[in-house]
Amino acid sequence: MSAQQKFYWLMGGVVTLLAVASLVGALLAARAGTETARAVVANLNSRIRAWWAMVAIFAVAFLAGPIATLVLFGSMSFFALREFVTLTPTKRADHVPLFLCFFVLIPLQYALIGYGWYGLFAILIPVYAFLILPAVAALAGDPDRFLERSAKIQWAVMVTVYCVSHTPALLLLRIPGYEGQGALLIFFLLLVTQMSDVLQYVFGKLFGRTLLAPTVSPSKTVEGLIGGGLAATAVGGAMYWITPFPPLGALAMSFVIVVMGFLGGLALSAVKRSLGVKDWGAMIEGHGGMLDRVDSLSFAAPVFFHLTRYFW
Amino acid sequence: MRPLAAVLCGVMRTLVGAHAHWQEPPSSAASIYFANHTSHMDTLAIWAALGPRLRAHTRPVAARDYWDRGALRRHVALRVLNVVFVERHREGHEGDPLAPLAAALEEGSSLILFPEGTRGTGPLPGAFRSGLYNLAVRFPQVRLVPVYLENMHRSMPKGTFVPIPVVCTVRFGAPLARITEETREAFLERARAAVVALA
Repeated sequence: MSAQQKFYWLMGGVVTLLAVASLVGALLAARAGTETARAVVANLNSRIRAWWAMVAIFAVAFLAGPIATLVLFGSMSFFALREFVTLTPTKRADHVPLFLCFFVLIPLQYALIGYGWYGLFAILIPVYAFLILPAVAALAGDPDRFLERSAKIQWAVMVTVYCVSHTPALLLLRIPGYEGQGALLIFFLLLVTQMSDVLQYVFGKLFGRTLLAPTVSPSKTVEGLIGGGLAATAVGGAMYWITPFPPLGALAMSFVIVVMGFLGGLALSAVKRSLGVKDWGAMIEGHGGMLDRVDSLSFAAPVFFHLTRYFW
Repeated sequence: MRPLAAVLCGVMRTLVGAHAHWQEPPSSAASIYFANHTSHMDTLAIWAALGPRLRAHTRPVAARDYWDRGALRRHVALRVLNVVFVERHREGHEGDPLAPLAAALEEGSSLILFPEGTRGTGPLPGAFRSGLYNLAVRFPQVRLVPVYLENMHRSMPKGTFVPIPVVCTVRFGAPLARITEETREAFLERARAAVVALA
C-alpha cells in the first residue's frame, strides 16, 4: 500500500470514529436527565465538534505538503506560547526577549526543519535562546525577579516551541524503506497521544473512582490512566502498518508515548495550578486552550523522535 | 468586509485575540464606548471586538496628531475605521473641540472614546477628562458603555513600537445609569469606577 493509500484509510477510520462519537453524543444528550449530566454531555459534544475541526485542519495540511505542515505546527507553537505568556507575569523589560521568542525563534526553529539542518534545530533553543534571551532582558536594566522571569520565558519556549517542533521534525528522519512517509509517522504520534487523552477521559468518566493527583490535576484517575493508557497503547500497536516499526515495536513505542503524554499532562497541570488557572485558554471549544490540547504531545514528541532516530 | 478591514481584524485576532465579553447583550442603539487606554492598538482591539454589525455604525474618536500622519495610517483612519478626528492640542484651533463628535452622534453613529485623552502606563485608567461628561449632558439618550481592555498594556506598552502576542479580552460593561444634576466630578469618577470595576 502506498503512503497516499494508507493516509486515506487512516482518514476513513478517523472520520468513522468521529461519526460514531457524534452519534453517541447525540444519544447521550437526548437521555441526560440531571443538570450535571447535561453539563458533562454538552462539554463532550463541544469536544467532539472541535475534534471534527482539528481533524479537518490536519488533513488539509498533510495533503498540502511539508511546508503547510510546518506552518500548522508553527502556528500551534505561536498560540500555545501566547497562552503561556498571557498567564505568566512578565514585565516591561521582557518586551524585547518576548518579541524575539514569537517573531524570531518560532519561524527559525521551524525553518530549520524545512532546511533539514538538524544540528542547529537541536540546540537553537536549549543553548542559544537560553543564553541570548536573558542577556537581552538584562540590557533593559530591571533586576526585579530577574531569575524568575528569565526561567519562565525559557520554560515557555522550551515547552511550546522546542518540544512541539519535534512532531514535524519527524519529517527529517531518513528511515530505510520508509522514505517519503514521514507524514504518517506524525499521524501515528498524534493519533496515540490524542487517543490516549480521549480514552483516559472516557475511562475516567465511566470507571474513575480513585483520584491520582487531586492537588495537581483533579480530573485524573487511576482507573482512567490504566484503562485509557492500555487501550491507547493497543490502538497504537494495531497501527504498526503505517509505521516503520514491527508490531511489537509499535506497541512499545505507543506505550512510551502514552507514558510521556501522561507525564506532560501532569507537569503542565502543575504549572497551570501554580499560575492559578484551570485551563490555559478558551481557543478550542470544550477543550480549553491550545496548550490543554498539546500538553501531552509536547512531552511525548521529543522522546518519540529520539527513540525513532536511534533505533530505526 | 473590505480586504484591508479583514486583514486588520485577522491581525488583531492573531496578536491579541480581541474577543468581546458582554456583561449585557450588545445593542445597536447609539452608544459611546469609553475605555482605558494603554496602547496604540486599543482602537483596533475594540473595533475588532465589536463585530461587523455594530462596527458598521461605530466611529472611533482619533487624535489627529497621531492618526492623520503617514499615508497608510491616514487611509486606515479615514477609509477603514471611519474615525472622527479630534484636536488634542488646542493651540491655533478655535471653536468647540467636541463639535465633530456631537455631529457624529447626531447622525446616529456610536463612538469609541478614550476619556483619559492619552495612554497610561498601568492597567487601570487615570483621571478622565471632561469630554465624556459634556457629551453625556448633550446626548441624554445615548448609552454610555464602559469598556475594559485587559492586558493591552502588556502587549504594546507605552514606549514600545512592536506588539507582543498576549490574549486581550475586551470587556463591555452595563451602560451607566443616568443621574440628573450630578456634578461633573462625580460623573467622571463614577464613569472611571465603572471601567475599573470590569478589571
